[in-house]
Amino acid sequence: MGNGVGSEWIRLIVGLVVVLAFSQLNALFLVWLERKVAGHIQLRPGPKEVGPFGLLQTIVDGIKLVGKELITPRPADRKLFMVAPVLVFMPVLVGFLVLPFGPDMIIRDMNIGVLLVFAFSTFGVLAILAGGWASNNKYALLGAVRSVAQNIAYEIPLLLSVMSVVLMVNSMTFSQIVNSQQSIWFIFLQPVAGLIYLICATAETNRAPFDIPEAESELVAGFHTEYTGMRFGLFFLAEYTNMFIVSAVATSLFFGGWQGPFGFSLGIPGVVWFLVKTYVLIFVIMWVRWTFPRIRFDQLMNFSWKVMIPLSLANLLVTAVVIKLI
Amino acid sequence: MGYFKDILEGGWSLVEGMRVTLRRLYKPVVTVQYPRQRVVLSPAFRGPIELVKFEDTGTHKCIACGNCEKTCPSGVIKVQGVKQAAKGPKVATQYFIDFSKCSLCGLCVEACPTNTLKFSSDYELVGVSRADSSADLLAKLGESKA
Repeated sequence: MGNGVGSEWIRLIVGLVVVLAFSQLNALFLVWLERKVAGHIQLRPGPKEVGPFGLLQTIVDGIKLVGKELITPRPADRKLFMVAPVLVFMPVLVGFLVLPFGPDMIIRDMNIGVLLVFAFSTFGVLAILAGGWASNNKYALLGAVRSVAQNIAYEIPLLLSVMSVVLMVNSMTFSQIVNSQQSIWFIFLQPVAGLIYLICATAETNRAPFDIPEAESELVAGFHTEYTGMRFGLFFLAEYTNMFIVSAVATSLFFGGWQGPFGFSLGIPGVVWFLVKTYVLIFVIMWVRWTFPRIRFDQLMNFSWKVMIPLSLANLLVTAVVIKLI
Repeated sequence: MGYFKDILEGGWSLVEGMRVTLRRLYKPVVTVQYPRQRVVLSPAFRGPIELVKFEDTGTHKCIACGNCEKTCPSGVIKVQGVKQAAKGPKVATQYFIDFSKCSLCGLCVEACPTNTLKFSSDYELVGVSRADSSADLLAKLGESKA
């Protein structure tokens, strides 16, 4: 890639532009995919009028959202209220910096890549709390408070399951983790960790069946009740981009990243493998949303503290013992 | 031990649930794409009332007896008739129904002694003013003696 400071800057800027464009296109595609999957699972077609197969529906919805009035309730805390949607979207974009899209396609291959993604995704919770509190609305506040409790509870088994993989690879660098899955994907070596990761990732992104904070039918709209127009659009986009990041991390950690099965790429470029696997995982998350009812809040907390955490701790222990013995 | 049994049984039920929705994913949709396809209506469908055109006479058999007008619980029917011949039946000259108040209960259809009223299968009824809901059933049949 050349040497000197100039080429590094160029790489960074190109990477940023690509990331921004990709996150928007991705959100567009995912909203359409969600509505189509939801439709067909419910034996109806989903959007199909706007554009071929309804593909332009999201764009048109975005235009509609932009045209709506941005209302700030008078008793709301103005600064926090306006900052919250921006705060929820920014950390998600940071997560793109370390994802291994292909063998040479990481914007910044940091040696704490895994830590970076999870540290920044926790910011989203702060933004939700800020939004809920600043709305001066008891439903929003309840949604935000529940979201904080849920996120904290499910962050622990999430990180513990990731630690099992990191223990095996002995590094937090994404490219090394993907490279060491050449012979066999980690999902076969660590099925329990993979399952726990997927469940906790669904909970972390506030997706059903763990979507109490948004609780469409219970809390009006949870923490984003008072948000209108593009501010709501930002929360929405952030949720789908978060889903992508979390699935991309799952592919890199458990499903071999950009490699084909058993290291054979079958002539297909690494990026395509990576994206296909990520979108299959996203489809699974959507499939789960339209299958199960929402979990009650106490069931949610019980599940995390009594089932997820002991299981992930046991898994970590067994991994450590096995690694020591081998 | 109940702890692990719960986890395993619960987990298996989740998998079974996901299998159900997966199967639904590739079943054809059950909705009818309205403007391009229409629902097949059953013969018992109750559309707005109209006069039957009988095959033997080529017209209705309304004798303006007023049974329907008296039976209607909402009072939406207005019939008027005139005797054609000295010893013959009356024939309807005016037949108006105000559909904005008609509840499609069917009492008029049951009460008619010549069975000249029936339910149509019309549902694409759009009007732009209240006057559009008042229908002249004789004009619909093709003859108006107003």
